[in-house]
Amino acid sequence: MSDSSRPLSPHLGIYRWQISMVLSILHRITGLALFAGTALMMIWLWSAAYAPAFYVTLHSGLASTLGKLCLFGWTLAFYYHLGNGIRHLFWDIGKGFSLPVMTRSGWAVIIFTLLMTAATWGYAMPMGGQ
Amino acid sequence: MASSHLRTELGKVKGLGASRHAVSHWWLQRVTALALVPLSLWFLASLLTALLSPDFNHAAAWFASPVHAILMALFLVAVFVHAKLGVQVIIEDYLHQPVMKYTLLLLNTFICWIFAGICILAVLKLHMLDISAGI
Repeated sequence: MSDSSRPLSPHLGIYRWQISMVLSILHRITGLALFAGTALMMIWLWSAAYAPAFYVTLHSGLASTLGKLCLFGWTLAFYYHLGNGIRHLFWDIGKGFSLPVMTRSGWAVIIFTLLMTAATWGYAMPMGGQ
Repeated sequence: MASSHLRTELGKVKGLGASRHAVSHWWLQRVTALALVPLSLWFLASLLTALLSPDFNHAAAWFASPVHAILMALFLVAVFVHAKLGVQVIIEDYLHQPVMKYTLLLLNTFICWIFAGICILAVLKLHMLDISAGI
C-alpha cells in the first residue's frame, strides 16, 4: 500500500472515451461558460440602465466577428445545457437509465443543440446578427 | 449517529462531517433548473425579437411592461441561484486545497449575489424609466 505511484480509479489516462462521459463533462463546461455569460448580461443590463454611451459601444463590440463568435458559442452552450439539463431531470425522476436509452437521449441532445443553434442564428442573421 | 463510533477522535472534534445541506442544495438545483426551462427560453426569445437593439430605448420600452420586468426578475433569481449551486459543486469536486477551495467558494457566493443585485437594480431602473420623455 506504500506505492503511491499506482494508478487510481477511474484510470483517466487509459479510459476509452464514451458519449456518456463526454456529455457529462460538457454539461459542466457549458455551465461554466454560461456563468461567464452572466457577466456580459450584467454589463449589458447595467449599461442600458446607467451608461447609454457604453451600451452603444457594447453593441458594436458584439456585432464584430469576435463578438458574434462569442455569442455563437454561448448559443451552443445554452441549448446544450438546456437539453442535457432536461435529460438530467428525467434521470432525477428515475427515467431513462438503461444504456441504450442513455445513448439515444445523448445523441438527441447533440442534435437538438445543433438544430436549435442553427435555427436561432438563421433567425438572427437577417437582422445583421444583432 | 450509527457511524459516529467509526470516526477518529480528531474527526469528532473538528466536526467536519456532513453539513446537512445536501438535500436542500440538490432540491433547489432541480427547482431552479425546472423554472429555467421556460424562463431562459423566454429570455432568449425576448433578446432575439426585441432586446438586441443598439438603441437602449428599446430595452427600456420593453422593460416598461410589468410582466416583462417580473419575468426578468424571476429569470435572474433562478439563474444566479442555479449558477451558485452548480459552480459550488464543481469547486468542491476538483479543489481540495482548503485555502484555494474556500476562497473560490466565497468568491462564487459573492459574485452571484453581486451580479444578481446589479442586474435586478438595472431592470428596476429600466422599468421605472420614463421613456415617453425621451421619445
